[in-house]
This record gives sequence, C-alpha cells and structure tokens, in this order.
Amino acid sequence: MLRIACASAAGLSFLVLGLIVAFMVAESVPVWREIGLTRMLTDPDWHPTSGTFGLGPMIAGSVSISVAAVAVAAPIGLGAVLWARYYGPWWLGWCVRGSAELLAGIPSVVFGLWGLTVVVPQIARHRPPGLGVASAAIVLALMVIPTAVVLLDAAVAELPGEWRSAAAAAGMGRRRWIWHVVLPAVRPRLILAVILQTARGLGETIAVLMVCGNVVQWPTSPFVPVRTLTTTVALEMPYAMGTHRAALFACGVILLAVVEGLLGVGWAVQRVRATDGS
Amino acid sequence: MRSRRPERHNGERFFGNAASRSWAALAAAGLLWVAGCGTAATGRSTDAGVHGAVRIVVSGSSTIGPLLREVAGRYERRHPGVRVDVQTGGSARGLSDVRRGLSDIGMVSRALTEAERDVRGYVIGFDAIAVIVHADNPVEELSMEQLREVYRGSIDRWTPLGGRDEPVVVVHKAEGRSTLEMFLRATGLDNREVRPDVVAGENEQVIKSVVANRSAIGYVSLGAALYDIADGAPIRVLPLDGVLPDENTVRSGTYPITRTLTLVTRPQPAPAVTAFLAFVRSADSADLFARWHFVQEVSATDRPPTVY
Repeated sequence: MLRIACASAAGLSFLVLGLIVAFMVAESVPVWREIGLTRMLTDPDWHPTSGTFGLGPMIAGSVSISVAAVAVAAPIGLGAVLWARYYGPWWLGWCVRGSAELLAGIPSVVFGLWGLTVVVPQIARHRPPGLGVASAAIVLALMVIPTAVVLLDAAVAELPGEWRSAAAAAGMGRRRWIWHVVLPAVRPRLILAVILQTARGLGETIAVLMVCGNVVQWPTSPFVPVRTLTTTVALEMPYAMGTHRAALFACGVILLAVVEGLLGVGWAVQRVRATDGS
Repeated sequence: MRSRRPERHNGERFFGNAASRSWAALAAAGLLWVAGCGTAATGRSTDAGVHGAVRIVVSGSSTIGPLLREVAGRYERRHPGVRVDVQTGGSARGLSDVRRGLSDIGMVSRALTEAERDVRGYVIGFDAIAVIVHADNPVEELSMEQLREVYRGSIDRWTPLGGRDEPVVVVHKAEGRSTLEMFLRATGLDNREVRPDVVAGENEQVIKSVVANRSAIGYVSLGAALYDIADGAPIRVLPLDGVLPDENTVRSGTYPITRTLTLVTRPQPAPAVTAFLAFVRSADSADLFARWHFVQEVSATDRPPTVY
C-alpha cells in the first residue's frame, strides 16, 4: 500500500511537470507556426496586436536585470558568510545567517512595494523615471542574497576542522586561510549559488514588475526602463487573445528552457564536485 | 455612505495580484486542459434545474467587473435560487466568451463596433478616463493637443506646461487593455508613436507609479482615481481642454475621453438573463453605479442602438 502511495506521489510530480510543459508548448504552437522563432528574436518591436513580435528587448531585459542583481548579490552573500564565520563574534554571525534566512521568507510583493516606494523615488531624484534596470536589480539582489548565504555557509561549515588546525600549524593567517583554502574549496558551491540566483532572478515576476518600468526597449543604460519576459506575461496575459496569447506562452516556453538549462548546468557542476571526491 | 469597502480594492490593492492570478490561472488551466476543459462553464449556465436554481455566468472587462459583482450580490440576495458568477479577464474575452457560449453575459468597457453586431448589446452606463498627476504637481490643466505631445514625447519637460523644470515621466498601459484602446482612440495616437517611461497593467499600478513619482503623468478609469483620492492618495485629476470629468460632463460627452459600458448577450438571451439585465439597468442598482463613480444609463431600450 505504502509503496503504491509513494509511487503515485512520485508519478504525480512527473505528470504535473510534463503536463505543464506540454500545455505551454501546445498553447504556443500558433505563434511558432505563424511567426516562428527567427522573427520573434529579430522583430524590432513588440506590438503583438499590430503584428510585431520581437522578444529581443525582453530577453535582454531579463538577462541584464538578473546578471546585475547577481553581480551585486553573490559577492555580498560570500562576504557576509566569510565575515560571519571568521571575523565577527559568533552571536553576530548567527544573526547574519538568521536574518538572511528571514529575508528569504519575505513575499516578493513586499520587496516590490519597498522598491517602488523607497528605491524608485531615490533614483528618480537623480535619474528619472527611477524605474528601470537599476531599481529592479537592487530589489532582485536583496531577494537572491539568501540563496548565496545559505549555500555558502553550508559549504564553509563542511570544511574539515583539521584543515584549520593544519593551516594554523603551517603559519597561515586568517587572510591567507580564506584566500588559499576556503575560497578554492567552496568554488563549486559559489558557481552553483550564482546559477541558482540567476535562475531565480529570471523567473521573478511581481517584484520586478513593480520596479522595472515595463517599457519594451533595449537596456542601453542602467536607468532605462525595461520589460522582462515574466512581466510581459503577467501584464498582458489577462487581456491577450489569439496569436498574442500564444506569443505570451512562447515567452513562458523560452523562459522555461533558459531556466531549466541553467539548472542543468548547476546540476552538472554539483556532479563534477561530487566525483572530485572532496 | 461608504460603509463597506468596494470589493475591487480588497483584491487588487496589491497590483501584483493580476500577475499571480494569471500564473494561478495558468496552472489551473494546465490541469483543466487535460481534464477536457471547456465544459466547465458551458453546458451548465442558465439551465433552470430543480427548484429554479439558475446560474448566470458573467465575464469580461475588469472595469465593469467590480461594479457588476456588487450588483450581482444584491440580486442574489433578492432572488434566492439565482447565482450570478462574475469573472474578469478583459473586454475582448467577455465578447469571445459570449460568442463561444462560455458565459451568458459579457462585459465590454466600450461601445460595440459594426463588426460586433452578432451579439446583442446593452449600454448600462458611462465611464471616463481621467488624466492624473501627483498632487504636488503645479500644472492646472492640459489641452488634448498637449496631452498628445506629452505621450508622443515631443513635450518631455513640465516647464512648457506651466510646471516645474523636471522631465515628464509618462505612465502608459500595457498592450491589450481597453483603457489603453480608449485612450488611443480619444487622442488619435498610434501605440507605436507613444514614448512611455513606465508601462503599467492595472489602474492601481498606474496610480501607485504616479504616487511614487511627483513628475509623472498617467491615465486611469475615473472611478479608480476618485476612489483612491478619497482614500488619501496624493494624486490630482487634470481637466482636459478645461473640462473636469464628472457625472454631467461625462454624460453629455463634453469631457473628451469617455467610454461606454456595455453588456453583451447572445441574440436570444434566456429569461433569467434578461431579468438580471433589467435589474442592472434599474434604479435598484443606481447607488452602486454612483459608488463606483460610473454614470448609469437607465433610459436605453433593450434593443441595440443602430449606431454605436
């Protein structure tokens, strides 16, 4: 009985994934057939109700926001972990880890509201309209910091205690210990953290929707309002019909492919690390 | 008078909701699709079962939706045994749902076109699109030509309009929204020539963007603007060509951006549907129209006017 129950639970999760993918692909078929991937990548503009379907600016928007956010968040996460483990008093380090975990629990709409009411007006004072790549990247960076902190902290905690003693015996100071032992040892985890953060960033919708400006254009500067793939779907899906609707499903398919690809890379990195026999 | 908050704002206060709703819908649709969806609303609507249990399905415009939801609630209380389900998803969906038999009544927040004479239309009222700025903005009014130039980007600072020396932050609406269509039609702009700084979805998101940016300009349903102003939002409605939108200027059409609120049915609606439509257009729901800042149309006949 238990075996059957477990098997059906396992089967269900596969089934749901398969059905969602199949559904997305099936719903987007009209746009692949009528417009095609080439046009969707090369059309200069996105006016689906007047027949132009260029997704290029949105893909660039998604990628630039995520990359900028991770470029900020990954070093901060790493720095926070190293400080908490090796520099700060133990109780403050504990607070750092705890607050990172709490940060992960904040709903993304709250991050978005904070971004819209705090970050955007600040940036707007210098570079109006304030909504754009920079605001979105700042908000997103805060949202993905916990991923790095949790992963890297676990990696640092796993380092064998004897290493530290051996390093001390070899006369290594704290700086050299971190530089020559800790960083090389956690590098695979760091890569994994970056990949997971990027995937999370690409998929984030609500918070980004509220602060990125949502104008379909190329991210030519950090202060330009841009649109991402996810926000396009969220903004237009409730009102889209026909090919327009199919094009939004195509956005979803493209996003899914990119994110799954990234997760695949992350998985491969983990495998390599495991077979290293560390 | 405003003893209970209108339902719209409970659900749509956080404009993120539209997005999460569509994702949820996506997931739900994925499951339904497999179960052979489409039968969900179709066959069952308006079939008077035992004890006269009638279900009326209404779908379409998110502008009309909140109003009709309240009218439906009142109608259900007065007619036990009748259920009215109101779902929102845009005017275009309202029309296509009625055509495909998925719903009994479609909500369309504009007048019907010549090509849409295959359905039966009932004008229930009028709404205006209000142009809003931050309450701190000293600009007092705009002409339609100035509004066009602002949205085209040929006026990009507030100075020539009598405001501070700040860039104009143009808040626009996402493709497919009927508020956007109405705005484009009234201004005569093509969506490709509009140079927005921010693109928003729901009315609430436009208002939040204007609140967050004192040099922003946006346009929303008048009802949403007045509701939020009453609620303390620091925004102002600008007169266009010297006319402020209110019940009189909207009804007479003096205010330049108004829209017709229409309900559509199949050519031969069921008696239960006709009865509900009569209720919507009666004095019994007048206070609800007023609460949503819409102008109710009570005099129109049940026949579609020859010219929309």
